[in-house]
Amino acid sequence: MSKEEKEFHEGDESRPEPGRSRWGVSRRAILKGSALAGAAALGGATFSQTGRRGGLLQPRAEIPHLHGGAGGGGPVKDIRLGGFDPSAFATHFDTGKVSRLPDGRTLREYDMVALDREIEIAPGVWFPAWTYNGRVPGPTIRCTEGDRVRVRFTNAGSHAHTIHFHGFHRADMDGVFENVEPGHGFVYEFDAEPFGLHLYHCHTTPLRRHIHKGLYGAFLVDPPGGRPPAREYVMVMNGFDTNFDNENEFYAVNTVAFHYMRHPLPAVVGERVRLYVVNALEFDLINSIHLHANFFDVYRTGTRLETTEFTDTVMFCQGERHVLELNFRYPGRFMFHAHQSEFAELGWMGFFDVRDG
Amino acid sequence: MSATGNRGRVLGLVTVIVLVGLLAFLLGRGVGLERTVPPIEELTVERIELPDAGRIRVHVVNGGQDGVTIHQVIVDDAVWAFAIHPGPTIDRLGRATIEVPYPWVEGDTHEVRLVSRNGITFDATIEVATRTPSATPGWFGRLALLGLYVGVLPVALGLATYPFLRALGRRGIDFLLALTVGLLVFLAIDTLAEALELAGEAAGAFHAPILVWIVTLATLLGLLAITARRRAHGGDLSPLAVAAFIALGIGLHNLGEGLAIGAALATGAVGLGTFLVVGFTLHNITEGIGIAAPLLRGAPRLRHFAGLALLAGGPAVIGCWIGGLVFDPFWAAIFLAVGAGAILQVVFEVGRLVAGRGEEGMSGLWRGEVLAGAGVGVMLMYATALLVPA
Repeated sequence: MSKEEKEFHEGDESRPEPGRSRWGVSRRAILKGSALAGAAALGGATFSQTGRRGGLLQPRAEIPHLHGGAGGGGPVKDIRLGGFDPSAFATHFDTGKVSRLPDGRTLREYDMVALDREIEIAPGVWFPAWTYNGRVPGPTIRCTEGDRVRVRFTNAGSHAHTIHFHGFHRADMDGVFENVEPGHGFVYEFDAEPFGLHLYHCHTTPLRRHIHKGLYGAFLVDPPGGRPPAREYVMVMNGFDTNFDNENEFYAVNTVAFHYMRHPLPAVVGERVRLYVVNALEFDLINSIHLHANFFDVYRTGTRLETTEFTDTVMFCQGERHVLELNFRYPGRFMFHAHQSEFAELGWMGFFDVRDG
Repeated sequence: MSATGNRGRVLGLVTVIVLVGLLAFLLGRGVGLERTVPPIEELTVERIELPDAGRIRVHVVNGGQDGVTIHQVIVDDAVWAFAIHPGPTIDRLGRATIEVPYPWVEGDTHEVRLVSRNGITFDATIEVATRTPSATPGWFGRLALLGLYVGVLPVALGLATYPFLRALGRRGIDFLLALTVGLLVFLAIDTLAEALELAGEAAGAFHAPILVWIVTLATLLGLLAITARRRAHGGDLSPLAVAAFIALGIGLHNLGEGLAIGAALATGAVGLGTFLVVGFTLHNITEGIGIAAPLLRGAPRLRHFAGLALLAGGPAVIGCWIGGLVFDPFWAAIFLAVGAGAILQVVFEVGRLVAGRGEEGMSGLWRGEVLAGAGVGVMLMYATALLVPA
């Protein structure tokens, strides 16, 4: 629990609010400079006396589940248990049904179904989503460079959809020209290359609607020799326009606003952590991730094994994705969030819970 | 008992039974036109209070067809903790109060957004954040002072012109009476417009705009009926009675004005400067002259003037108190509608005086001094209205 949160919960009655003078007349009254405006504003003259933090809030029991280090910031309650679990999603990699091709290569087969589904994107707030396999983001598809990937796609939704994978493939496997009507299917087949962190998404027009309603996911191609061992997390940065005004009302990594504030991602001091961060955000041009009290190596798009940057904040355009690697030096709770404060406070915020090894 | 009468009763009974049966069937089975899409949610923010530093209180009413459940609150693009009473689900025409422990900033603008279960958002703006005054004696006193400035004082000043008006001849008096009609017409329109504007802010399901028209007409007709009955019993209204009716109508108007000023002050929407208060005072002096005009035909005493000044100006004080503490757009609109009806009734009464007590019919209205008076009255009100905020 952060200092401010504690303060809010416990309510320090005796401490005056910092920074407020005892002179409570408002700035506007001073500007107006009139006797009456002064008189009107004097309603606020007792401000400094009552201006204590915490103590003057409602009985604490009535405002449940306050999270975050920002006083009352963060949502009330938790999402419905038993539904889509972002904690499980972050560590789940779908490696497909594995078999061997006659030429000795690995074949990975996946089944993907487009489904209309209402999903809970913030505690108590539901969004009429279009999904791959009933969840947003879709499954994280993981394979190794050179593998043969076969995706059997069925459209059980109410609109035409496709799957457009980033990566090398033939034009007829691009998920652009072959719209899959409801009740129909399509089989995408290609070799997984190049290695790196990619994404897949629906490419049916209108494009923005098909993507922002939830048809996207991470497509991870490992280098042939793999990457060094690490504790790995997938983070698909997304947002939801719940009132259809072409702006996101809520932001998150892996759909549920503030989920990792309530359920921090575990880590161990000295153990390598690898983040696969994909930006699937619509409406806002730029997204970012910032990590507190630490720095990370950036592998842009994950397509090279040499780091290009050592930083604590990295920017993502729409569709950009990077592999980040870091070690924690100290135990404790460390925040990560978009450095767009608005996105952070609308849900794109979380904690690592770091323990001693 | 005749056979036709019995048959009529049976038919009436059958009609009622069929109607009840039909309603029961439709309510039970539906009309076959039900929406399958998510409900259209409607929520009206009636009032926002800032009772303390660090606390925002939002009062909402559900004016839509369906219940609305509020699950999250966003203040200035930040999801914030909150408590909602009596519960998160607000039924049709139900009300709820939402407490948000948000550290609002004095003088800044804040946006409060309520998010429903379906992700529908209801927005409200705190234009200028300032602590909502609590009902302390000091605040009552300041509001009362304001009410005196904009209500009692100008009416008293207007009435004080009585000795000068006394020197006027018959044509001068008719000019003044016509001027009163002009300013009353202006006030009636102004009051009705304000009532309709406030009615628009009230929750849709209350159909407040229609109610405003009905209340206005009912007040007008009711008062006309009362004066008509008096006339039938004891002849015409005395000059003092006419003045009292004018004062009552103007008093109701000033009540509405007080409501608006008090509410604007309390919510920080208007910072009243000296200039604005002087504007209100000048604007309302004309009202005092209007009340004095019919008295030129009587022999009023000093206590009559005091009573009239209180009747016309006093409600401004009461309005300031109500508006400064518990402003509700719906009831404010209804108050104003009553005021509009009362003012219209006075237009009739004074118009009758100008027309020459009905002896000359309507022709008395088309004299030069009358037309000039009415025109000057409207223009005077318009010109002084430029001094006050809309």
